[in-house]
Amino acid sequence: MARPIPRNEPVKSLSVSYQGAAASSTWRGLAMGRGGSDLVIAVLLGLAALATLLFGEAYWLLAAQVAITMIFALSVDLLVGFAGIVTLGHAVFFGLGAYAVGIASVQFGWTEPLSALLLAGAVSALLGAATGVLVLRTRGLGQLMLTMAFASLVYEIANRAKPLTGGADGLQGMVVSPVAGLFEFDIFGLTAFVYTLAVLIVVVIFAVLMTRSPYGRSLVGIRENRVRMQAIGTGVQRRLLSIYIVSAALAGIAGALLAQTSQFVGLNVLHFSLSGEILIIVALGGAGRLWGALLGAVVFTLFKDRLSALDPAYWYFWLGLLLAVIVLFAPKGLIGLVDRLLALFRSKEAA
Amino acid sequence: MITAALTILFHGLAFAMVLYIVSVGLGITMGLMNFANLAHGAFAAAGGYVVVMATRSLGLPFWVALPAAFVTVALAGAVVERLVVRTLYGADELRQVLFSIALLFMAIAGFTLAFGPLQQQPEIPAALSGQVTLGGIDFPAYRAFVIVAGVAILAALWLLIGRTRMGMRIRAAVDNRNMAEAVGVDTRMLFTLTFALGTGIAGLGGGIGADVLSITPTYGQEYLVLFLIVVAVGGLGSIFGPFLAALCIGVVDVAGKYLIPEFGAFFIYGVVIAILLAKPAGFFGVRS
Repeated sequence: MARPIPRNEPVKSLSVSYQGAAASSTWRGLAMGRGGSDLVIAVLLGLAALATLLFGEAYWLLAAQVAITMIFALSVDLLVGFAGIVTLGHAVFFGLGAYAVGIASVQFGWTEPLSALLLAGAVSALLGAATGVLVLRTRGLGQLMLTMAFASLVYEIANRAKPLTGGADGLQGMVVSPVAGLFEFDIFGLTAFVYTLAVLIVVVIFAVLMTRSPYGRSLVGIRENRVRMQAIGTGVQRRLLSIYIVSAALAGIAGALLAQTSQFVGLNVLHFSLSGEILIIVALGGAGRLWGALLGAVVFTLFKDRLSALDPAYWYFWLGLLLAVIVLFAPKGLIGLVDRLLALFRSKEAA
Repeated sequence: MITAALTILFHGLAFAMVLYIVSVGLGITMGLMNFANLAHGAFAAAGGYVVVMATRSLGLPFWVALPAAFVTVALAGAVVERLVVRTLYGADELRQVLFSIALLFMAIAGFTLAFGPLQQQPEIPAALSGQVTLGGIDFPAYRAFVIVAGVAILAALWLLIGRTRMGMRIRAAVDNRNMAEAVGVDTRMLFTLTFALGTGIAGLGGGIGADVLSITPTYGQEYLVLFLIVVAVGGLGSIFGPFLAALCIGVVDVAGKYLIPEFGAFFIYGVVIAILLAKPAGFFGVRS
């Protein structure tokens, strides 16, 4: 920094204020967040993915599920954490994406996975555009209610449209062609894992670039002070709608991946509890931080896999307790804890 | 034809009254404290379990069990408000929503452990288990009681909120909290009392309505959308708004399910979306 540093100023407080300033700067390159937490998490997640790929063949299917949850969590974090739009019905886009590829495969023989993925994204984006126009007219409780009402409406449609969706029995008989015509979906889940991982990497790069762009920063501006953003000439409503559509499309892609890798779609992909769960994941990781949402998705899915195997009732209790502790004592989520750990580490090194 | 219409109206009214009794407290607390309490239904379920336990295990009469449910749940509500909810007033919506979901999940786990996953029915007094005949049609007497109870609670709330000093303070604080504080209203105490009252009435509703909305551990999650709809459509901080909203939703839902069963709960959500888009603050909302 070119700024002259007064001699008598304590160095420690200077470095803290510098960190804060860095976080709010417009462009800091890929994966560089507050105090390097983003970079640390990215490296750890990358190593974990590599280790799973090489040594964890028993966990490939679970890892594919984790990657799907990560994409879904990213889509919600963009909406809730960055743009400040609270939703309790985001499963509607996830579920629609799943049903889109499922129905395309069963009814129309559209089995090619990559193009079906795009189809799912497009269908969810369309629904996002249609409902977004209405949802974004309201705020606060009204907004929360509208997202819930739309999600419940679509759930009810899927439940009743048995010939198309299979209703409560789920959509069966889905066929998925090999990815790129080469890689058949295998029973161990290797293709599923690598395929979802590849999509995840693309989505993460997209999200990182987007949130670092002036557009992404303007979303944060709208979250922090809508009136001011309007006053300086930002098209607030247009930007909110666009991020709503982008988020819907990403959620749809995540849902489509779940349908393709499990070759089954059940009504639970549209259920309210999924909308709640994904919101919990984002808060657990740290809302408004992409790598927080990713970390939250990993931790949550792994915990759920372990604990719900014991007893679903226990799982609900631990989930509730964990969430209460996070909300009351660590509102910045897991990534906030990583921030603190790194800061501690650094101050020790300096001493 | 007329029989069908009367049947729909009757069962719609009973459903509406249960929705109203459970939801009205949620609307008042949301309007007064701006606290989005998604765990409200768990308090109603707790009331339901109190009535079940009192009538089945302890053998107490139904008429003793109902006030017991109100008092127990109101006390629980006061404790929760004092310990944790208080710290989240003024926090952003996301944190409130997440915290109340956490509360809801822990309640679901607790109910499952204590009472098992199956549906529980309270023991209904003999006087209410028969039929009543209205206009030549037989209706279940218990549901007639539910309708009467709903109207009675509306009347009681109207007297409490509209005619007493405490109600005056609540109305003042809903309208303008800072001003109310400035003229000497102890809003801390008022918030605890209101939260206790709201959850207590919900507990009463859970007990009274066990016949319509059955008591299971997941009660608070299953019917949450309905309770929130009643509040959002009725308007926050109002006692008449949710009544009107519950009437609309109850009758529309029963009529839809009776006349076109293949559409299921489709109508209710359609109506809600239409109302919220036309009036984002609800029928009687002071703010959205």
